[in-house]
Amino acid sequence: MVQIQTNTVEETQLIAEKLATMLKPGDVITLEGELGAGKTTFTKGLAKGLGIKRNISSPTFTIIKEYEGRLPLYHMDVYRLEHSDEDIGFDEYFHGNGVTVVEWAHFIEEFLPNERLAIRIGYMDGDKRILEFTASGAYFEQIMNELIS
Amino acid sequence: MKKDTIILGIETSCDETAVSIVRNGTEIMTNVVASQIESHKRFGGVVPEIASRHHVEQMTVVLEKAFENTDITWDEVDAIAVTEGPGLVGALLVGVNSAKALSFAKQKPLVGVHHIAGHIYANRLEKEFEFPLLALIVSGGHTELVLMREHGSYELIGETRDDAAGEAYDKVARMLNLPYPGGPHIDQLAAIGEETIAFPRAWLEEGSYDFSFSGLKSAVINKIHNAKQRGETLKNEDIAASFQASVVEVLTAKTLKAAKAYNVKQVIVAGGVAANKGLRRELETVFSETDIPLLIPDIKLCTDNAAMIAAAGTIAFEQGRRSGLDLNANASLQLK
Repeated sequence: MVQIQTNTVEETQLIAEKLATMLKPGDVITLEGELGAGKTTFTKGLAKGLGIKRNISSPTFTIIKEYEGRLPLYHMDVYRLEHSDEDIGFDEYFHGNGVTVVEWAHFIEEFLPNERLAIRIGYMDGDKRILEFTASGAYFEQIMNELIS
Repeated sequence: MKKDTIILGIETSCDETAVSIVRNGTEIMTNVVASQIESHKRFGGVVPEIASRHHVEQMTVVLEKAFENTDITWDEVDAIAVTEGPGLVGALLVGVNSAKALSFAKQKPLVGVHHIAGHIYANRLEKEFEFPLLALIVSGGHTELVLMREHGSYELIGETRDDAAGEAYDKVARMLNLPYPGGPHIDQLAAIGEETIAFPRAWLEEGSYDFSFSGLKSAVINKIHNAKQRGETLKNEDIAASFQASVVEVLTAKTLKAAKAYNVKQVIVAGGVAANKGLRRELETVFSETDIPLLIPDIKLCTDNAAMIAAAGTIAFEQGRRSGLDLNANASLQLK
């Protein structure tokens, strides 16, 4: 596990943007953090790094939003699946042609692939955040180490 | 005499299963809505697969009931209009596939309709449009300003860059431990509270008609956290009043500015948040000082229904737009 502290929204988004440039189809990133921690804000940075021109808005209402870029982005907010244990076709996304970002991922733990990069966003004060990265699998460990170098 | 256009509309984009028949895009012949709100309440929001299952169970019941309430027969129906997006994909699919089956079985043309176009056309069931018109759409999934220069033409001039207005309401309601859906509860609390907290207003860049409610949501959360740490107690009704004041001020000011800039002849409000009393009152006050007529439809037409889909579908049908039997649900459909 590694931690990075950021002081501004721009710094947080730059890290996400850098991460995006290292990703390939079928990669899964999970995002945890309280309401308002900046999960969608982080995803905006990631989308920029994937060359997506459209604005990234919250996926809360529709659960999944899809965007076209250098790689497609599948942006999920599974908060409302907390009390549900049904598969709504996750594999098609996780093993699809794009990068999947899952907000509140612990609610669908049983469907997540074993290899993934988990990011927890913690509040400091104001726009300061602690980004905590946990890589599962050698592939994501390498990405994580490159990201902090 | 010109023959009437009779359109059957189907809507299943979220948690309402709805079928309606509308004559000439303006007159509701029958309008049946089966709401699932009770089933989703305990989850604090709509759960997709529960929604889909309900739609499957309700579709034929609602369809039969729609025909029971009217003298209109299938022979008189000119086309079937259905919401193709945006929305929950599993929910949309039930409506789209029902419409396709009916189109094939009854040999009627099929017309795919954008959900937001439907919300806009809900207003035409009450009053004829005058162009150019500006529509403010505010709901749990949408916050948009749409300019229409003629029937069937939609120009998106502003939209939310993060959370929809209704979503901000739901998330703040969650922080205040209010039941789902949060909007009406915050509206009620706001009515008895006072604006004691100066929450930010997201005006964005000069001249932008876009919205942003994520910063406001964070400000509310921070305020609650900070008060807790200091051992202070904030009154929920004051938080609600202060939050709502910020949302309402930005929505109203941007709508007014756009209405003047585009010299519109009508402003219409649509979507579930149009039922919010605080927003209605402020819009009515501000527009009463202009000569631009403001239309806010009856609450049952603000929330999801199929009459609005039939109404929007009527225009699309009359303009010659048809969908094939390969029509698919599109969760992220863009309004064009």
